[in-house]
Formats: sequence, C-alpha cells, structure tokens
Amino acid sequence: MTFLQQLINGLHVGSIYALIALGYTMVYGIIKLINFAHGDIMMLGAFTAFMTLTTFQLPIGVVLLITIIFCAIAGMLIERIAYKPLRNAPRISALITAIGVSFALENLFLILFGASSKPFPYHINLPPLSIGPLQITWITIITLLLSVGIMLMLDFFIKKTKIGKAMRAVSEDEDAAQLMGINTSTTISITFAIGSALGGVGGVLYSIAYPQIQPYMGVMPGLKAFIAAVLGGIGIMPGAMLGGFLMGIIESLTKGYISTLWSDAIVFGILILVLLIKPTGILGKNIREKV
Amino acid sequence: MKQSIQYLINIFSIIILYILLFFLIQTGILSSYYSGILILIGINIILATSLNLATGFLGQLALGHAGFMAIGAYASAIFTMHFNVSSTIGFIVSLLLGGIISGIFGIIIGIPALRLKGDYLAIITLGFGEIIRIIITNLELTGGAKGLTGITRLTNFHITFWITVVVVTLLYTFVHSRHGRAVLAIRENEIAAEAVGVPTTYYKIFAFALAAFFAGVGGGLYAHHIRTLMPTTFRFIYSVEILVIVVLGGMGSFTGSILAAIVLTILPEALRDLADYRMLIYSIALILMMIFRPEGFLGTRELSLSKLFLNHKVKKEGGKTQ
Repeated sequence: MTFLQQLINGLHVGSIYALIALGYTMVYGIIKLINFAHGDIMMLGAFTAFMTLTTFQLPIGVVLLITIIFCAIAGMLIERIAYKPLRNAPRISALITAIGVSFALENLFLILFGASSKPFPYHINLPPLSIGPLQITWITIITLLLSVGIMLMLDFFIKKTKIGKAMRAVSEDEDAAQLMGINTSTTISITFAIGSALGGVGGVLYSIAYPQIQPYMGVMPGLKAFIAAVLGGIGIMPGAMLGGFLMGIIESLTKGYISTLWSDAIVFGILILVLLIKPTGILGKNIREKV
Repeated sequence: MKQSIQYLINIFSIIILYILLFFLIQTGILSSYYSGILILIGINIILATSLNLATGFLGQLALGHAGFMAIGAYASAIFTMHFNVSSTIGFIVSLLLGGIISGIFGIIIGIPALRLKGDYLAIITLGFGEIIRIIITNLELTGGAKGLTGITRLTNFHITFWITVVVVTLLYTFVHSRHGRAVLAIRENEIAAEAVGVPTTYYKIFAFALAAFFAGVGGGLYAHHIRTLMPTTFRFIYSVEILVIVVLGGMGSFTGSILAAIVLTILPEALRDLADYRMLIYSIALILMMIFRPEGFLGTRELSLSKLFLNHKVKKEGGKTQ
C-alpha cells in the first residue's frame, strides 16, 4: 500500500479517535477528572446502534440520532449518580469511581449480550472511490465528513453560544463562575451530555469501520483516544482534535511500515516521550507552580 | 520496653495464626481450594502493600504495578525453568532475582516518570506498564502471546505466608524509619520537604523502586502458583485491581491494605455462585464505597493488636501525664 493510502486510513481512524478524545478533554477541562468510563460510553453507543438496527431496522440517520440522545442521557446520569457526590473529594477517589463505572458498564453489557463478538449489521454497498491508484471507501469519506462537521459545530457551540461560554468559564474557574451566576451543576451536566454524545457517535463510526462489537470493545480505542487527548494537551479542545488525527496517522503508518505487533507499544512510547518533553501536550501552555 | 512488648505481641499472634492455618490445612479442614485462596490472599497483600508505599505513603498515583509484577513473574519463572530449580532455597533466589530485575526497571522508569505529578504520573506509569506487557507479548524468551507454560509449582502456603510476613514487616519498618519520614514528608508537601533538606528525587525513586521490587517478588510467587503466565493477565486492568485494594483499605495504611486484600480476594470467590453478576456487584460496591467512604476502610490509621491488648495500660499512662 502506498504512503497516501496509509495516510487516508490514518485519517479515518484518527477522526474517530478525535471524536472520542473530545469527550475526554471536555470532561477533564471542566472537572479535572480522567473519565475512564468514556471508552465504555463508546461501547454503549455501538450497542445502542446495534439494537436499533437489528430490532427496529431504522435508517442509519435515525439510528445515529437515537444513539446520540441515549448516550447523552447515559453520560448525564453517570455524572449525577457517580461523580457529582465526589465533586469535592480527593481526585483519586473520583478516578477510582470512574474506573468503577467503567467496570460496571462492561459487566452489565457482558450479562446483557454475552462475551462473544457480534457482527455490526451496517454496510455501505458502494464501490470505493478511485483517484488514480488510491482507493477511498465511502465509509472513510462519510466518517471524515461527519466528524469534521461535528467538530466545526462543536467549535461554534463552545465559542458563540451562552452555554458554551458558561462551559469555558466553569473550566477556567469554577468558583468564580458560580459567583458570576453560572449554574455550574447544569453546565457540568451539559458537558457530560455533549462529551458522551460524541463518544456515542465515535462508537457507531468505529463499529462501521471494524464491524465487530463486544462489551470490551471500548477499552483499547478509549485508551488510545485518551492518549490522543494528552498528546494534544488535555483540557484543550483543538488539542484533542489534533491529537486524535495524529494518533490515527501514527498508528496507521506504524502498522503499515514497521509492525502490527509493535504498533501499540509505539503509540504508548510516543505518549511517554510527549509527557517527558512537554507534559502539557502539543498545544498546552506551561503552568507555573506557586508555593 | 513498651515497644518490645508490642513486637512480642505481634510476633506471637503471627505465629499463632500460622499454626492455626497450618493445623487447618494439615487436618484437611481447609481443602487445597481454600489453601489456594490463602496463597492468592498472600500475593495480593504483597502487591497491595507495595503499591501502598508508592501511592499511599509517597503519594504518587501509579497505574503500572501489574507491569512490575509481570517482570518479576517472568524473570523468576524463566530462572527456575532454565536451571530446573526444585528446592525452596533456589525458589527464594529466583524470587529475589525477579524482585531485583523488577526493581531495576522501577529505577529506570522512575527516573523520568517521577518528574511528573498527579494525573500525568498515572498516565505515564500506565503507558510504561502497557509497554512492558507488549514487549513480553513479542519476545520469544517469554513465550510470546501463547504464554509461558510448564512452570513448576513451587509456591505453597508456608512460603507465601512467611514471605508475606517478611514483606509487610520490611515495608512497615521502612515507613517508620528516618527514610520513611522523608517519604511521608514528600507526600505532605514536596516543596516544603525539599526546602528542609530532604533529597526528594532520591527518596521518590527509592520508594518507587522498592515498591517495584516487592511487586516483582509477588509476581514470582504468582508465577509458581498459577504455573502458566499469559501476557494478557498483566493488563492495566490488573494494575487497577491492585490500586482498588489499596484505596479501599485506605491509602497510607498497611493493615488497611491487608484487610482489603483479604476481603477483595474472598469476595469474588464467595460470589462465585452469582457467577455472571459478581463483577457487576463488585464494581457497584466500589462506586458506593467511594461515594460514602472515600478514605477507605481505615484511612491512614493502622490497626494494632498491641493497642487492643494494652488498651488499659495506655489509658492509665495517659492519665498520669495529665
């Protein structure tokens, strides 16, 4: 395969990573929590789509909409039940709770659907687009368009709307935001809803690209998306997008040119290098520590 | 004088516990299934107390403990397989070797990683742990993805019991020594510790490597108990499970870790009847615990037998000073 072909494959996976990474980064930005359950929200999205596709046989657009709504509600519920009581607890307690939520979701789906992987029942039966020697599948094109579209909408939402402004304010300084009359609780809920919706879309796109779904499917992409968020600078939204695309390209190129077996090791190696050289990520600003 | 009485009480109760368990196993009241659980409890105690040193006492959240355990497990298993070790002394040598190699990796990883703090440290240790696992999966020496099989069963209840006692004693005395106070000072306030002359980098790496060493020893025991090593066993989920023991017991409490290791090893076995539901119940229990008692069972307190026995005396002495 040519370099360009690998690059396009990388962009395809990368855009999915970017969508999931956005959820990580938004939640981290606003409550400084590594939401370990985010990868499982992605799995939840994939299963929701699976259920609506198999039992109701709805068109893909409606399926996507249902998935978005369902994941947003699930994200808000998780925040209300598990994270909100721990808002002022030590960070490690919140982290452990997130891990608990992740385990709970995985095992719930293990009970509901069993451990065996199921084929995802959606395909696009169009011949791939050929540009010279390049073969671009329609899934790649749709995934890229959809995720870039969502990111642009999100960017507009964060920058121009009142709720977006509130979200930026809360992530800057929660107490000050509250004093200015922002309902921080609602804002955090909305952040979780949007982040989880993005994770759900990521899950659907991921399972169209790799059409096998099972309860642990969210763990590895979740981890990689998280690394992508750190790579770009956690808490910074353009960073998550950049990190996601970079991550996908790096992964695709190492798989193509070095080795499939070592690609995960290289991905983690890059994470370590970034953390050592610039722990705040590519787009992060250095924060001085005050005594 | 008072301290030596405390030591005597502790030594005495450990010996009584050993004799009691020995008697129960010897008479067959505890079947081999139960003694297997006892061995797992011992291994989990070693892993949890060693992680507690890094996370609870030093205050550095580490998510790569399973990686160190894997290094120790593979190193000692390869050693015993290569030299056909069947004696107890040879086994202990292999455990020490596993621990030392793991400890060396602890230093190598600790030097760059411990420059970071908090969440970033958690992520970088997670990354190192995964890299260790991927390397093990791709090496021929370690049996690759198929795993390492045919390890001799050298771990038994007696050796696990005494190694656990030695590890916990060493960790306890370390934390209560001058070096331990330096480690605690770093947890409380790193900048202040540095300002009063504690070599923070040295102690952070030292405590981290010590935790890695004991994790390696625990891994060696695990390898010769289970007898088949699969790289997938040492996923980051396993590191998390060890961390959960530490947090539930209380970060900064060895007795808490011991208690939590016992409970969390028995609980999944006891819930085996509920088979499919046990992990779900386990994770929900974890969430509820964090919400209602985030400091864990014991917080930073230690359970003490001598306090239990010497309760009256302590009260009297307290009365005198007032």
